[in-house]
This record gives sequence, C-alpha cells and structure tokens, in this order.
Amino acid sequence: MIRFLARRLVWFAATLLAVVTLSFFLMRAVRGGPFDAERRLDPTIERNLRARYHLDWPLWKQLAAYLGPINLDAHGARAVGGDGTRVFAGVLAGDFGPSLAYRDQTVGDLLRESLPISLALGSLALLGAVAVGLAAGVVSAVRRGTPLDAALRVVATVFLALPSFVVASVLVILLAFAWPLFPVAGFGTWRHLVLPALALGAPIAANVARLARTGMLETLGQDFVRTARAKGLPERIVILRHALPGALLPVASYLGPAAAGVLTGSLVVERIFAIPGAGSHFVNSALNRDYTLAMGVTIVYCAIVYALNTLVDVFHRLLDPRVAAEGA
Amino acid sequence: MSGTGVWERLRAHRASWWCILFLGAVAVASLAAPLLPLPSPSALALQDEPAPPVPPWRELVRHGFRPEFADLSWTDARLTELRGRVFGDLQTAPWLGTDAKGRDLLARVVFGSRTSILAALAATLASLAIGVLFGAVAGLAGPRVDNLMMRTVDALQSLPFVFLVIFVIGIVNAYRAELSERFGIDRETVFYLVIGAVSWLTMARVVRGQVLVLRNAAFVEAARVAGASPARILARHVLPNVLPVVVVTLTLTIPTVMLTEAFLSFLGLGIEPPKMSWGILAADGIEAINPIRIAWWLVAAPAVAMGSVLFALNVLGDGLRDALDPRTRRS
Repeated sequence: MIRFLARRLVWFAATLLAVVTLSFFLMRAVRGGPFDAERRLDPTIERNLRARYHLDWPLWKQLAAYLGPINLDAHGARAVGGDGTRVFAGVLAGDFGPSLAYRDQTVGDLLRESLPISLALGSLALLGAVAVGLAAGVVSAVRRGTPLDAALRVVATVFLALPSFVVASVLVILLAFAWPLFPVAGFGTWRHLVLPALALGAPIAANVARLARTGMLETLGQDFVRTARAKGLPERIVILRHALPGALLPVASYLGPAAAGVLTGSLVVERIFAIPGAGSHFVNSALNRDYTLAMGVTIVYCAIVYALNTLVDVFHRLLDPRVAAEGA
Repeated sequence: MSGTGVWERLRAHRASWWCILFLGAVAVASLAAPLLPLPSPSALALQDEPAPPVPPWRELVRHGFRPEFADLSWTDARLTELRGRVFGDLQTAPWLGTDAKGRDLLARVVFGSRTSILAALAATLASLAIGVLFGAVAGLAGPRVDNLMMRTVDALQSLPFVFLVIFVIGIVNAYRAELSERFGIDRETVFYLVIGAVSWLTMARVVRGQVLVLRNAAFVEAARVAGASPARILARHVLPNVLPVVVVTLTLTIPTVMLTEAFLSFLGLGIEPPKMSWGILAADGIEAINPIRIAWWLVAAPAVAMGSVLFALNVLGDGLRDALDPRTRRS
C-alpha cells in the first residue's frame, strides 16, 4: 500500500510539473501581455511594471522563479505579492503569485475567498447525487422489469443527456420564477445552494443510478445471495447486507470522475447562479487573460481531483483484495 | 467475428432502430440546412422582445425570404441558390418563435446542429487516429513500453481536462490574429483540434485492453504458429476483433464531446457569434429569462434539440453494446 501511494505521488508530481511547465510556456508565449490595454502605457511605466512581475527575465528563469522557493533576483528582491508587501514564494510553496486582472489581490487571496464556496457546493451536489443515485439504482435493480424500473431508467438516461445548463435553466424557470421557492441567484444562505446543487448533481446521480443498478443485478444473481435467501434471511437483510456491497464497488470507482465532473460543471452552474466561487473566477480569468489566476485554479483543481482519485483507489483496494493483488 | 448479425440484432432492437432513424434525419437536415425552406438564421428584425412560437397549424409559411450570400461557403451558397429555385421566397413561419433580435429560432437550432456534428467528427477522427494507434502500440509493444504509455494515459485522464482546454483556448484567443495571418488557421479550427486532442484517451485505454486480450488468444497463437507475418496477424486477426469495442467506445465519446462543445460555447469560449451552436443558443436563452416575462421557448428549443439527440445517442450506444457483446448473443 505504501509503495502504491508513493508511486502515485511521484506520478502526480510529474504530471503536475508537466502541466505547470507547459501552461507556463504557453501563457508566456502569448504576444501582448496582460498589460496591453486599450491605452498605450508610458514606456517607463511599462518597463517598471514588467520588472515588477519579472517579465523581463529570460523564460527559464521566470519558470524557475514561478515554481519556486529559490531566490533568483540579483539583489535578493522578489516579485511582490498582490498588496506589495508580501514576497512571492513560488508555486511549490503554495503561492500562485499576484492576480494580473484583480490588482492588489493575490491568487491565494482570491482562492481563499472563493474555494470554500465552490467546495461546499460541490460536496453538497456530490453527496446528494450519490445518495439519490444509489437509492434509485438499488430500487431499480430489486424491482427489475417493473414499470418503476423502466421509469427510473428513462429518467436516468434523460438526465445523462441534458447538459447542466439546461437543467439549471429549467430549475430556475420552475422553482424560482413560476413557483418562487428558491432565490434566483447569488450566495449567502443554504437556500441559495439548493438549485445549483440540483443542477450539478443531476447527471452524477443518473450515472450512479445506472452503475448501482448494473452492479446490484450482477450480485443479486450470485450464489451467496441465493444461499442467504435459502437460509431464510429476510429480503431486506439480503439486499442491504449481502448484495449492496457489490453494487457499491462500481459506484466507488466512479467517484473520482464524478468529482471531476462536479468541478467542471461548477464552471457553468456558478456562472448561471452568479455564485462567487472558484469556477467563475476561472472562467473570467480565461476571458480576461489573468494567467496566474487561471494557473492557480487549474493546479488546485487538478490536485483535488488527483487526490480524490487516489483516495478512491485506496478505498477500492481495501474493499476488493483482488485489485491490490493485480496492481502490486 | 464478422459484422453479420449485428445489423439484424440492432434492427430487432426497436429503440435502437428508431434512434438510428432519428439521428440520420438530424444529420441530413443539418447538412442540407440551406436547402430547407427555413428563414435565414441571422436575418435581423427590429424588435425588442422575443416573439412566441406560432404553431404550424395556425400559420404554415410566410413570404419574404432573402438569401444572404456574404459569408456562405461555396456549397452552402449553391444549396441556397437551389432552395431559391424550388421554394422561391417562401419560408416557414416562426414555429419555435424568435429571439430578441427577431431571428428565427428553428433555423438557428438547425444551423446550430452543424457545430455539434463538427465537434463529434473531430473527436471521432482523433479517437480513431490517435486513440486506436496509441492503444494498439501499447498493447503490442511489450510490458515496459506499455506500462509507460498507460501510466501517461492514466495521468492525463486524472486531470480535470476542461480546465486545461479552457486555459489553452484562453491563450489561443490572444493569438487569434497571428494564427490566421501566419498559418491560415482560424480560432474555430483550433477549437475543434483541442476538442479532438482530449477525446482519444478512453479509446486508447479500451483498445489497448482488447489488444492485450487478443495477443494471447488461442487463435492468434495458432496463426503465429502457422507462420503468419505480424502484419497479417494484425490486419486479419487483431483489427477485426478490435472494431466492435472501437464502435462502442465511439458511441460513448460522441455524446461527451457534444456536451463539451455546448459547454464551452455556453461559456463564450467555444464557437463565437455570428456562428451558431446549441450552447450559444442556450446561453442566449438563459440571459433572456427574467421574472417579468419568461421567454421559455428560447431555453426550450436548444434544450430539447440537445436533449433528444444526446438521448438518442445514449440509447443507440446501449443497443450497440448489447448487439456487439458476444456474451449476450444467442446463437
């Protein structure tokens, strides 16, 4: 297990380093930096600005300084953080530098404000989706072939086919305008989170329901379930104690992709519901060339998804010893 | 395994058959869109409120179609010309209503489908060219190369890709003038390239798995013992058996890619107006929602179009999987 985790960590570091390096060169390769405004700046001011953000250095040096904690400046000075008092420590130290579009704020500041909101929304959506999806999948499998099963499967396929922005807009029309139960947009109370979480969770729940149904059907057909039934256990116990774990395995391995899906979907959903989360920051940063902010969000989200994927794999190994034996 | 039987099984599966017909109709309507008697999707009419749908039984057609040849491709211009000869200036009444600028929604939905189809095409090509090749090489190359290649795919797949795509598109946006000047590539081409570039991963993984199974299969062993060359083994024994999983994976990839395209266009990072995409239509629709007057048709039209096509693709995918899966095949 420790070897497995260590290998995972090495791969993660390598992947992230590759992503950071590649994106770094991409964003520095762009002609016309973030300081090209409509109004042309005075050359001296521009030179000073570029020096402040170390844009006048050779690229390799900029990359090294961006990554981290070694000080490369000839005079020991470092690029300053957003408010001009803190020094920039580099990505490896968890510092993503000053935001280029929101002057006077660092990427770290922006993330500290917005990430908790996004994570609250995301975990609410994910937990709700897994709960609803599991319930639907298990019911569907137990009542296989009944109209209820057919209806649940059609509903699941429909929600798989609908993009989150469609679900979101239908929800807004129905539950915010036609029947004003929830606020239309904004953030503040738990009521603000209900509609976005529903829109985010719908496709996840649909997928979970399908996976749980398939897994459940497979286990229900196995010998040990027959044995459990034959020795006279009540059906409820057979299903919950004996068959359910089998249905959980495929769902558990879907959690990693599901988390990625929630983070991705949050880009759109946060925008529709005007939620000040990291997702809306990210979209704005891509639109107004705030490269450091875009990098910061990308790195943090990659790390979250990677960590979740690893967690799921660990969980999988604990649940199913065969996986550990294969992948050792 | 031969392809015979699959088609019959698919036809026997009623739902799949309807989906094929529906998707075929959508594809034809989309490609031949300029030929249909639709209003121009970009002709503006001055008004400040979206007009509600007029059902076809109330008003079928109107006069007043005027062709615009300015930004049409050569084929589209010819098709529009042909349409003018057949239908004259007749056009459908706004069956699905119009948007706030008076543009006909039905025409916009039909023309918007072209973007989705192009994205699907890009992903299909990339999956076939990169994914199948990558997977086949990994499967055949032996454990060390295979390990490296597959860990790379793992690493790439564990990243939330849309973020990287958006990052790249943001940068390409800054470069657009130079790109078209120097390389003659417009932003849209880059957009399709990027979409293709991230959609081959699942294909590589699936193909590699199948090739690994086949490599050790008895009939491949037999062919090798009989003295068949590696090329012959690949062409006659391995590839035909990889084909079913490739098809099934494509039916999973295409809906995902269509969703991604709509998603990016919705955010303003994909196709840009005046071009149309279902994502842009949905974004326009959502912008037009307000408590005073809900122009529901602006949301409903792109939603139903997208939903029905993706639903059909999903059902068809399930049907194909069943039809191609030898385990469920009754002989």
